[in-house]
Amino acid sequence: MLLGKLTWSAIPLHEPIPLITSIIVLAVVFAVLGIVTAKGWWPYLWREWITSVDHKRIGVMYCVMALVMLLRGFADALMMRSQQAVAFHGPGYLPPEHYDQIFSAHGTIMIFFVAMPFVIGLMNFAMPLQLGIRDVAFPTFNSVSFWLTASGALLVNLSLFIGEFARTGWLPYPPLSELRYSPGVGVDYYLWALQISGIGTLISGINLVTTVLKMRAPGMSYTRMPVFCWTTLAANLLIVAAFPILTATLAELLLDRYLGFHFFTNDGGGNMMMFMNLIWAWGHPEVYILILPAFGIFSEVISTFSGKPLFGYRSMIAATMAICVLSFMVWLHHFFTMGAGADVNAFFGIATMIIAVPTGVKIFNWMFTMYGGTVRFKTPMLWAIAFICTFVVGGMTGVLMAVPPADFVLHNSLFLVAHFHNVIIGGVLFGCFAGYEYWFPKAFGFTLDERLGKTAFWCWFVGFIVAFTPLYVVGLEGMTRRMQHYDVAEWHPWLIVAAVGAAIIALGIAFQVLQLIVSIRTRDQRRDVTGDPWDGRTLEWITPSPPPTFNFPVMPNVEGEEAYWGLKSKALQQQRLFDEPAYEKIEMPRNSPTGFFVAIVATFMGFALIWHIWWLAALEFACAYAVFVVFAWRDEHEYYVPAEEVARIDRARRAARQQSWFEGTSA
Amino acid sequence: MSAAAADPHNLRQGHGHGPRGNAAGPDEHGHFDKRIITGYGFWIFLLSDIVMFSALFATYAVLAHATAGGPSGKQIFDLQNVALETGFLLLSSFACGMAAIASEQKNLLWTEIGLLITGLLGFAFLVLELREFADLIAHGNGPTRSAFLSAFFTLVGCHGLHVGCGLLWLGTMMAQIWAKGFRAETVRRLMCFNLFWHALDIIWVALFTIVYLLGAGQ
Repeated sequence: MLLGKLTWSAIPLHEPIPLITSIIVLAVVFAVLGIVTAKGWWPYLWREWITSVDHKRIGVMYCVMALVMLLRGFADALMMRSQQAVAFHGPGYLPPEHYDQIFSAHGTIMIFFVAMPFVIGLMNFAMPLQLGIRDVAFPTFNSVSFWLTASGALLVNLSLFIGEFARTGWLPYPPLSELRYSPGVGVDYYLWALQISGIGTLISGINLVTTVLKMRAPGMSYTRMPVFCWTTLAANLLIVAAFPILTATLAELLLDRYLGFHFFTNDGGGNMMMFMNLIWAWGHPEVYILILPAFGIFSEVISTFSGKPLFGYRSMIAATMAICVLSFMVWLHHFFTMGAGADVNAFFGIATMIIAVPTGVKIFNWMFTMYGGTVRFKTPMLWAIAFICTFVVGGMTGVLMAVPPADFVLHNSLFLVAHFHNVIIGGVLFGCFAGYEYWFPKAFGFTLDERLGKTAFWCWFVGFIVAFTPLYVVGLEGMTRRMQHYDVAEWHPWLIVAAVGAAIIALGIAFQVLQLIVSIRTRDQRRDVTGDPWDGRTLEWITPSPPPTFNFPVMPNVEGEEAYWGLKSKALQQQRLFDEPAYEKIEMPRNSPTGFFVAIVATFMGFALIWHIWWLAALEFACAYAVFVVFAWRDEHEYYVPAEEVARIDRARRAARQQSWFEGTSA
Repeated sequence: MSAAAADPHNLRQGHGHGPRGNAAGPDEHGHFDKRIITGYGFWIFLLSDIVMFSALFATYAVLAHATAGGPSGKQIFDLQNVALETGFLLLSSFACGMAAIASEQKNLLWTEIGLLITGLLGFAFLVLELREFADLIAHGNGPTRSAFLSAFFTLVGCHGLHVGCGLLWLGTMMAQIWAKGFRAETVRRLMCFNLFWHALDIIWVALFTIVYLLGAGQ
């Protein structure tokens, strides 16, 4: 067969909801492509973004992808909340097989294509600037990483129009996910999308670990790095150590499904509990891959807006690394009910509770940083303070469930769902939003509107509490997760309240979109001329906003913690800028379309494998090899920014600093 | 060029011995030593690859006795064949090391000869492995027979897949060295290939011991 399993029946012509959604999404996509073509933006996009190997551009593209996918994942959330609000004593409006795809897609998208790209994007953007360097260790691979992630996201969304998505939850537990019980292409979409984006994440992890460990400005020793760089290091070490386990586990499930292997099957000696062990040996570190960078962002934000150095800097590093190690010792708490026995459960229960200790150290450090400081309640700071409140609740319900007997009662209930949303929204997402508000002026050269930002924040914060507190209650009342309909009258009012909460969050998202539009339209009034809009303390704020491709005209010489604060204080004390350095030409990596072509090949290959179009898969393998050879054959990898250009850019920056610091037009 | 570039074995440059006496520092022009960075990054990749293999090893350990009425390792492992495979692979690594020495001397001919021998021995290893697999499948002992055989084929096959990809990489690199000579980036790739090839040896030693020797002895 030329098209494998693909037939016209794969298009959801008879299901109104997916069909209408598909039409709207396609209309938006074609409208965007049409506008870009009509305005003639393709050459610019190709040159400045698609083929860019600049860590700042790639970081921005990661964040944009995360924000777009957030809309998709949140649309799924709204559908689930409204379904449960109306499905009391009735079928609701979503049929079971559709509802199952929605909760699976929601979890998959929110973790892999919102939270992951968001934190990786922020790490990519800020970490090299904070370390005082010009790019990451492997710029072209950085672009490949991004485009592989985009390819995975594309495949997941393609399942909306062609075929179906998995109905197996965000982690496809066998035997349900085996071919016998899930014969459709849904699980295959899930598996190939995650394999492709997972490779991208792994490459990114290798890249950023090498960057932090091997490329830092002169004098930037380990104990002078900003805490965000430390948490970046920890998170990427976890990526390097954990993502290969995910690759191996998903490969085993693929072999079961495609070639009749017996890893997790009911028959042939397969062992399905091995899947739970393997997937959570990746899955628990994954939790910390997401939250550690968020901890780093909060550290930067709280220190900056309290006008004080971070309290307990070294204990913060120790706590980060302790969490990094401990995160590999707790995976079994995701299935206490497996029947591993009291001793094993006790070990993992205690190990889980121990993680609360370094986390508690961090919480106290943040509070002590604010104590006695001059706290400025800017939008990023609001997200940070809200995080401290919500995360403590989420952490405590986590410790509660770490007690195995309690977990036997609460596992698989909405209490659990409330718990992990409590830490992922209140921790990771609030952290990403804080980072977004905080670094936006650095990336684009103008600030975001504060009033709309604060309105969006309050909607999110209130909506979050209203949406998830009821889930704790119904969880304690025995409601299990993933229910398409129910007959228990006590749950109904709580689920209506939860739906209202989701609507308030939707309002928050609307204000965020509005904030972006308004800020772009009024950007000329909100220019960040100095490059230091928040009175920052770390090296990214020494650069102009947005920074030039090479970031730093000369490598900054780091003489202590808070490198930029030290330089700034000295300059202000001396009442003059440092002497102009001798500018030299700077070697920078050339743009490369490799990443983009890799993504095209990966997308087609994934699609071919999902639909069993073997000739296309083979062809794409040949294309992948061709891309590899073309990249390897390239002769020129670098170009030089001339010394005059460097001098011109840096003199403009110095003039702006001179103006704002010593000629007193603004604070 | 700094002193470290002249001495390829000086790995400490850039690691605690930066120009201002600390950190992973750049040279006075703000450039980092690409050889150090590439090598370091590749080491991290190899470690992640070994983590992937460790997941497959763990799977094998769990399923080694889940034979579901099919054969156990003792009944199907041919240690003579495995000994030959091991010999080919280890000799191949030796040839790879020789090629690395020749490339340090900038000797094009001997580098290519060393790489060719590396490739041929790797190919011979792969042929033996595929023959073993084909034999097992022909006797009804393919990966679908039992969980044990699924784990066996996956673990050993994943190593074989690495060798196969390595051969593609090797061939491409040989052509590149032939066409363009010893460019800095090609030499760095050659170093990475050496690391890769030796890492596959290490994994094979673990495989040989845990799968074949322990399996045949039980």
